[in-house]
Amino acid sequence: MNVLLNRSGAIYERAHENEDRGRSLSCISTRDLSLYYGTKAAFKGVNLSIKPGSITAVVGPSGCGKSSFLLSLNRLAELIPGCRVKGIVQIGEHDIFDPDTDLTSLRLSMGMIFQKPNPFPLSIKENITLPLKEHGTVGKNELDARVENVLKEVGLWDEVRDRLHTPALSLSGGQQQRLCFARTLALEPKVLLLDEPCSALDPLSSSIVEDLITELRGKYTIIIVTHNLPQARRIADYIAFFWVRDNVGTLIEYGATEQVFNEPENELTEAYIKGIRG
Amino acid sequence: MRDVLGRKGNGTGVSKRERLPKFIVWSAAILVSAVFFLILSNIVWHGIGQISWEFITSAPENAGRAGGIGPILVSTGLILGVSVAVALPIGLGTAILLSEFTRRDSIFGRMVRRSLDILAGVPSIVFGLFGFVFFSNLLGLGFSILSGGLTLACMVLPILIRSTEEGFRSAPGEYRMSAEALGLSKTTTIFRILLPAAAPGLAVGLILGIGRAMAKTAALLYTSGYVDRMPTSLLDSGRALSTHIFDLSMNVAGGNDKAYASALVLVSVLVVINIISFYIANNWLRRRIMTI
Repeated sequence: MNVLLNRSGAIYERAHENEDRGRSLSCISTRDLSLYYGTKAAFKGVNLSIKPGSITAVVGPSGCGKSSFLLSLNRLAELIPGCRVKGIVQIGEHDIFDPDTDLTSLRLSMGMIFQKPNPFPLSIKENITLPLKEHGTVGKNELDARVENVLKEVGLWDEVRDRLHTPALSLSGGQQQRLCFARTLALEPKVLLLDEPCSALDPLSSSIVEDLITELRGKYTIIIVTHNLPQARRIADYIAFFWVRDNVGTLIEYGATEQVFNEPENELTEAYIKGIRG
Repeated sequence: MRDVLGRKGNGTGVSKRERLPKFIVWSAAILVSAVFFLILSNIVWHGIGQISWEFITSAPENAGRAGGIGPILVSTGLILGVSVAVALPIGLGTAILLSEFTRRDSIFGRMVRRSLDILAGVPSIVFGLFGFVFFSNLLGLGFSILSGGLTLACMVLPILIRSTEEGFRSAPGEYRMSAEALGLSKTTTIFRILLPAAAPGLAVGLILGIGRAMAKTAALLYTSGYVDRMPTSLLDSGRALSTHIFDLSMNVAGGNDKAYASALVLVSVLVVINIISFYIANNWLRRRIMTI
């Protein structure tokens, strides 16, 4: 009981901190964004404006281009052979496809978590310090402090403080995923792109990671792809609903969560939410 | 005896229809192992009596009929050292280029891979001739440990590159994606994250390469030469163990006993190299990289 009380106290304090930080975040907007694998379009013509500091859930059936959409936002899609992206993605005033864009700082400002937990085959601590060192943090004390801070932020510190030097792959799936959050948060991103972060986890780990995402609300702009509609409803402020139309992924509806769930504008959305289609 | 479904059989574990195929595959496997054990026991039987500390350390006398193989072991070690020192960086570099910087189906990659496969199948005597012409004559290295080692490096490279490349390719694609997402440079990704994953492939390639190279008498006859004195520099001629065995059994009357003893040493060295390399791949490298 005590633990619960403390935890909610911490959440309360954090919510206030988060509000302050939230003010420095910028809006992400896409204009006529399309992505092609070879000649086949994964999604087409997506216009979306994402509020800073909010949690936006991207939902829809398999193959509707949700994950591809996420990959186009931090330009990771370019790594996939034969993949082309068209359109505009603006962060604040800046278009990320501008030739002047520094890819490294773009990726640093947009952290990404993947479906399958994928810590590197290094120790728990090294998973966090390797990216930090790469980006210029070198002092031992500073590194140690950062490691402790982010591990506390993801609620992993008490579980691993005595074995920071053991292989990260010896952790459980849920712990591995939280470690992936930690190494991403250590780089102080402004945006978090989450590609079904809970779907490869058991129910208990999944709910722990979900709580973590909720605690990050306001501090980061979060875009989460999920198959799990009840989860989307629990955590998201906004819902973006994708559907496959003529074999191409399309954004059908975008709005505040309760509005989309209670009074969807599009009948496809309604059918999907009620479980009739999709 | 029960079959996979747990049914009770006729006591032999196979139905009548399956007996013949089963007999054939078993006898093939037994035949192969039998040949290996026959060769091994033949070498051990004839060679073990002559192995002593004296034999391993002293110089050969009377064209190898008496004495030991000390200088020959040193020459062999130096030749292998040269070939590993040259082949490892070139092989690693090429493997990284092929797996991380070119697409698998690119024309360049396909050309390099095809030529490596052909190179791997070239007989050692052709390599020997090439080494003799190129390293010994053209580059003026003469009959020396250096030209022998360089020739062996050429022979080791194809198999080393291919197995290291496969090692890199078998590293999970998620590592590359998340490394990019964290803004890690290609260098960091390759040397800190992918190399540990590729290390077993590298070690296996090196073992197979070295094992093969140590046995390639023909290539070394042409390049590192016959001299059985203790080498004093890499530019000295040095007789390799396989060359020594060849010489004793073919050219020296009454040299058979020492040839058997030398063969036993060669086989033992190969077994030891195998064990060490697998140990390195499976324990040392992984532990070093995972727990600092």
